[in-house]
Amino acid sequence: MTPHEHSYFQPSTRWNRWEIAFWLAWAAAYFIPGTNLPLLTHILVWGLFAMSLDLILGYRGIASLGHAAFFGIGAYAAGFLAKFGWTEPLSGLLLAGITAGLTGLLTGRIVRGLHGVALLMVTLGLNMMLYDAAQRATDITGGDDGLQGVALAPVLGLFRFDMYGHTAYWYVLTVAFVLLVLARALVRSPFGLALRGARENPLRMLTLGAPIERDAILAFGLSAAGAGIAGALLTQTTQFVAPEVLAFQRSADVLTMLVIGGLGRLYGGFIGALVFVLLHDTVAALDPIYWYFWIGLLLVFIVTFFRQGILNTLDKLLASRRGEAV
Amino acid sequence: MAVIATMLFNGLAYGVLLFSMAVGLALTMGMMRFVNLAQVSLAMTGGYLVVVAMPHFGLPYLATLPLCFVLVALLTMLLERWVFRHFYGADDLTQVLLTIGLLFMSVAGAAYLFGPSFRPMQVPDWLSGQVPLLGLMLDRSRLFLVGAGATLALALFLGLERTRFGAMVRACVDNPRAAGACGLNTSMVFALTFAVGGGLAGLGGGLAVTQLVIDPNFPLRYLVYVLIVVSLGGTGTVIGTLLASVLIGIVDVAGKYYMPQAGSSLLYLITVVIMLWRPNGLLQRKGMP
Amino acid sequence: MTPGAILRTEGLRMAFGGLSIFKNLDFSLQAGYRHAIVGPNGAGKSTFVHLLTGLLRPSGGRVVLDGRDITHATPQQRVQGGLVRTFQLNTLFPALPPLEAAVLALCQREHLGGLSLRSLARRPRQIEEAWSLLERFGLASEARRPTGLLSYGQQRLLEVALAYALRPQVLLLDEPAAGLSTAQGHALFEQLATLTAGTTLLFIEHDMNLVFRYADRVSVFAGGDVIAEGTPTEVRSNDLARKAYLGH
Repeated sequence: MTPHEHSYFQPSTRWNRWEIAFWLAWAAAYFIPGTNLPLLTHILVWGLFAMSLDLILGYRGIASLGHAAFFGIGAYAAGFLAKFGWTEPLSGLLLAGITAGLTGLLTGRIVRGLHGVALLMVTLGLNMMLYDAAQRATDITGGDDGLQGVALAPVLGLFRFDMYGHTAYWYVLTVAFVLLVLARALVRSPFGLALRGARENPLRMLTLGAPIERDAILAFGLSAAGAGIAGALLTQTTQFVAPEVLAFQRSADVLTMLVIGGLGRLYGGFIGALVFVLLHDTVAALDPIYWYFWIGLLLVFIVTFFRQGILNTLDKLLASRRGEAV
Repeated sequence: MAVIATMLFNGLAYGVLLFSMAVGLALTMGMMRFVNLAQVSLAMTGGYLVVVAMPHFGLPYLATLPLCFVLVALLTMLLERWVFRHFYGADDLTQVLLTIGLLFMSVAGAAYLFGPSFRPMQVPDWLSGQVPLLGLMLDRSRLFLVGAGATLALALFLGLERTRFGAMVRACVDNPRAAGACGLNTSMVFALTFAVGGGLAGLGGGLAVTQLVIDPNFPLRYLVYVLIVVSLGGTGTVIGTLLASVLIGIVDVAGKYYMPQAGSSLLYLITVVIMLWRPNGLLQRKGMP
Repeated sequence: MTPGAILRTEGLRMAFGGLSIFKNLDFSLQAGYRHAIVGPNGAGKSTFVHLLTGLLRPSGGRVVLDGRDITHATPQQRVQGGLVRTFQLNTLFPALPPLEAAVLALCQREHLGGLSLRSLARRPRQIEEAWSLLERFGLASEARRPTGLLSYGQQRLLEVALAYALRPQVLLLDEPAAGLSTAQGHALFEQLATLTAGTTLLFIEHDMNLVFRYADRVSVFAGGDVIAEGTPTEVRSNDLARKAYLGH
């Protein structure tokens, strides 16, 4: 075996220059005068949310229409912890992630064996039920006015959440980076390969002796935990949480972001979030109703010409320029 | 007792609307495995046709209904030819995204053309008020719906079972490849089925004007209901869609009456439970009738 | 019961609703043999393989592998027990290159597919074995291209290679030469014969030349029953078998 053959998996394991540039750009953005830090923080939170969906949809191929449920569970978990005195942010974040993750494991177990329409309907139904419940239990959740009394202690005891969003920005950026590193390692491991195999052909995986159900449930749990952490970050940095974090519209939005950016790339979620949030910010300011037109058109456009999303399409272009087969 | 009976009746009327809007989706999903979420936008189009054409052209309500069917069917045929048929082989997610995009655009389009608020409807005299029947006081408009629904269901059933075109449709739902191999012009059958399904949705929208609010957000409000009907009823089956529509209609009306604080959650709970128990729909099959 | 039978069925019954496929099927596969199953279409051959491998559950009867009752074992458990199959239609991973598919199969064999953060690059043994596997099947030159882009013949080879990678005790091949030209079919079987010396082989085939050349034993399935069994020569001269195939 030649060294060339031996190192088949190494190029994807090493950090390539685009990834490094990506994270440096986010770090550098802080120092550019006049940047809208809260907006950028918002983009990072959504990017993380979309990345968590990528794990289950892009890598494992399971379509869930209710991912906002896990985002919301994490958001509310962080909110309740802070409200009732557990104001330490990092541990609160972790607990919120674990709560969402456990719910994800349970959901994965419930929907195992479902495909297509049934899967979409059950995930959608569960999301809707949770949203309904959160809206109606106004004494617990505060309803649309939001949970009252959410206050966070300084991060690591040193960095107070200031009103310009400085701490929030670095907090979210660091957490997003850490989670990306973990997700990256996961998808490049044999487990990640098994997920992709199950996406491509579950029957073959079965006849290779693979525990596809167990793997899918685990993936669901991890994906939910990621979404929950994203939700918790939103609560912690805005000191606010309302039932709209659970709305079906959020599930649809995050799916759109991921499709725009490209499935199965991890970074696709971030790129998609960037495009979506910037577009929303620009257009919705004009007239909310026009937003529906443009996002609808964008979806039709993407699906017709760039079905693979931005990153995968770019990849294909670059590969064909290099003369490789795609 | 009278309350329950009236409620069942109202649920049945609501179910007729859901059936009309959903049956096209069930057929196209069963036949060419095409998930057309924009189906509800077609219903909205029918609704707007009635509320706009009636005052504008001075047409009586009954005359606008066939118009709804025909015009929306034509519109659907164009959509099928220009857009949908290019995505027949695509995966579910792609079709969902495409048709959701079209749905969003229809919402914006309706707001642009007709304004963001709802169009009030002049209910014709013969549909207003109530009629004593079987010891109950029943709304005339709902009676009309139930009658229209029964006629529609019968017409569909006879059309599928007794006509040659119906036989072709059934063959294509059962096994499009084999049907094509037998010499059936599947392309034409697909196009016409799409058109009829769309026309029925438009008709449903037209029928809905006496019951539901016609505004730009109509598709967003009723998309979930239509999806629930199709998944519970099973794809490709008219009887399944009918059963599911009536079931959902009754459950929703009853739920909102007895448990207003639970809202639509009862419906979602039932959907989740039934989907886990019967993933292929209540009738556990994917075919005609 | 025959000693040395590594895989057998006892009184196997299979019915779908009112349709009965097998009524009382006794079948015995000897260890180390190359055993062919032949028969007209609709005789239940593929259904039989589905029952053996756990994709279908029988309505009655038993399946025994190496002395262990596996009638209610999951497909994965049967694979762990050494029973591996291929499919008549290519059942592969279109987006994954053959090398990744091979590494995937090998990781599953070694139970390395659990939750982990260790990169595939740190699994040199599996990578090396994957390369030599592909070389043995003549797929090394295509190892990096997505499987979906390979020719049909190459895909067919990969179909068998992935099963072979699991080091099975019993290898079930459902029409391995399906869709291949006569020459390709013979080349495939020749390769298999060399590679699987010592492994028990059960294969469904339609090409009688391949059967006569490579099988030690033949079972003729027709109408849900084994109507003839023996060496290829014995079966060739069997009247019942001829009737089932040729109608006279």
